[in-house]
Amino acid sequence: MLNRREVLLAGAAASAALVSGCHARGSRWLVFTDDEARTLAALCDQIVPADDWPGASEAGVVTFIDRQLTGPYRRHRKAYRRGLEDAGRLAASRLGVELARASAAQQLQWAQEIERQNSEFFELVRRHTLQGYYGSPRHGGNKDAVSWRMLGLAEPPLRGRAQYDFTAGPKA
Amino acid sequence: MKSVNAVVIGSGAAGGIVAKELATAGLSVVVFERGKWYTAHDCRKDDLRNQRTTLLGNAFGPDDDGNPRVTVDGKGISREVLPSEGGYQNNAACVGGGTLSYGAQAWRYMPQDFRMRSTYGAPEGSSLEDWPISYDDLEPFYDKAEYEIGISGDYSGTPFKGPRKRDLPMPPLPPNREFGILEPAAKRLGLHPFHLPMARNSIPYNGRGPCMRCRWCCGFACEVDAKNGSQNTVLPVAFATGNCEMRMESTVTEILTDDRGRARGVAYVDERGNQQVQSADIVIVSACAIESARLLLNSKSRLFPNGLGNRYDQVGRHLQGHHYTGATGYFDFETYDDVGPGASIAITDYNHGTPGLYGGGMLANEFIRLPIHMIDRLPPGTPKWGMAHKQAMRQWHKRSIVIMGPTQQIPSATARVTVDPQVRDKWGLPVARIEGNVHPHTYDIGAVQAKRAEAWLKEAGAIHTNLMAGRPNSVSAGQHQAGTCRMGDDPRGSVVNKFCQVHDIDNLFVIDGSVHVNNGGFNPALTIMAVAYYASDALVRNWKGTRFRS
Repeated sequence: MLNRREVLLAGAAASAALVSGCHARGSRWLVFTDDEARTLAALCDQIVPADDWPGASEAGVVTFIDRQLTGPYRRHRKAYRRGLEDAGRLAASRLGVELARASAAQQLQWAQEIERQNSEFFELVRRHTLQGYYGSPRHGGNKDAVSWRMLGLAEPPLRGRAQYDFTAGPKA
Repeated sequence: MKSVNAVVIGSGAAGGIVAKELATAGLSVVVFERGKWYTAHDCRKDDLRNQRTTLLGNAFGPDDDGNPRVTVDGKGISREVLPSEGGYQNNAACVGGGTLSYGAQAWRYMPQDFRMRSTYGAPEGSSLEDWPISYDDLEPFYDKAEYEIGISGDYSGTPFKGPRKRDLPMPPLPPNREFGILEPAAKRLGLHPFHLPMARNSIPYNGRGPCMRCRWCCGFACEVDAKNGSQNTVLPVAFATGNCEMRMESTVTEILTDDRGRARGVAYVDERGNQQVQSADIVIVSACAIESARLLLNSKSRLFPNGLGNRYDQVGRHLQGHHYTGATGYFDFETYDDVGPGASIAITDYNHGTPGLYGGGMLANEFIRLPIHMIDRLPPGTPKWGMAHKQAMRQWHKRSIVIMGPTQQIPSATARVTVDPQVRDKWGLPVARIEGNVHPHTYDIGAVQAKRAEAWLKEAGAIHTNLMAGRPNSVSAGQHQAGTCRMGDDPRGSVVNKFCQVHDIDNLFVIDGSVHVNNGGFNPALTIMAVAYYASDALVRNWKGTRFRS
């Protein structure tokens, strides 16, 4: 018979399994397999590419999406699983090299092809990527408020005082 | 459970005021609120999950679990929707209702808004009507709301307004940068811009401090409690009388009637999920247009087989909100100053009097913009993703202004709330089913309003503009929902009389946006409040123990 402690532990394990869903053994993600996460990162980085400021994956967008798929975006799990599988297959058949090694132009073509073939899935990823990149850092994306700083917003915000001289009016 | 004088269902813009007025007059009152008492600390600056941007859920209710509605699109196809989805037409479910997290624009309607049919006639197929009360009837109560709730602003710049006996109690907040850009442009166009009225402290008022001008405003609870709603103005006064009690997380499931056809109380599910009954001499429904109608329709009995107040199939009809239209302007200089609340300048020149149009609407600059609001609001032709999108975000986020406003909707009897025959909520009750559309002339007005917003932006120096004026195939009610229990003198064409009393049940009242005959071209909160003061005043005057003087 289980004692109290074991019952508690079993319960904790069960709820952890519920939260994490069906992720692959050994994956560091809650929902994605490592392969899926790599494919998604490549796609997100086409949607918000790196320049002077980090791209989507560096800003934590994959973490954002992974986390939301255990919560409010549970309903999109199947779409991600299927969409990423197709996207991975497309990369394998078109590129001839591993996605991560493909040239920037090849990766862009790949993303455009997904947008053409599977517009619904692409739109889902586009919306979630932009939410992760420009949304609040608390949800796993926008690491260090990088997009807010990129846009020139004070972070943490300045408050309780006016930042401009209101008497001057608009610049001519 | 001990019987009380009055039960008030809902603690929002109207319910809080009714509770306070009745408790102050000495009636014993129980307020039912299905939500919790939230503060700013329950939703701290979360731009993906608040009451306006609900991508990751609603911050202030209802929860996505167990509270669906059904919406029917233009082709007649019905679909179950969650509270955080747009089609749900959500307001809120919490103490204070919408007033906890609203943008808090606090407008008086104009005298013409109460006389729409007399002023314009009614377009073919619409249900445009006059209110049975006038602006002058409501003026003292607008004034009371402005002083008791606490409104800042300055109407002196415009001649397009109803007469008023005194100024607002608080001066406007200092203008933000957009005000400085838009004001001279409006004047050059011959318009009359002014500091819009807001239920927000600009100076210490009512024992609380002024706005600290942060970025997290419309859709959020105020971190320094400078935004004035039911939860920090009238409800505390109601409780202080000792006559008022509030039961939170308690959902009223039915209004009970006796065999003489009078209301005798309510059945509700308490915070532990137990069925309870609270008997009362009077029942006041203040649950917001969609839920108020649903509750009346769900309260069926032998004497009222179609629900309460619904003898002539009027409950739930004329659902309306506002048709938001306007334009975004893009500038070659910085317009964004990161100073909340953002909305600060308005014009009411276009609310009435355009030949060929039945009404119009107020136009104002939009609330402060978070980056998430900008991702699909870039200049026309901007790619939706990729390097060009990222660059456009950098280029335009601080160099754009949005002007928009609530175009008055021309009501239609076919835009309505019923109860769904199949879908039930977590308590097993039929959910609200929303169908139909407002009169199409609404969208003609909207198209003109968008052009006007664009002209104002161009005059201010916009180098690109983007119009927002659609022709949606369903009513846009949402936070401004109104009209479902119309006020009127004729029981065949309305649900309540001019004192918000249900026509054939003298101790049942509907006091909230549901009674609005037309919703004006303004944010409705202050009018909901004024009507609540006005109706409570009549109720208290006519109250005689357990009966009314007739």
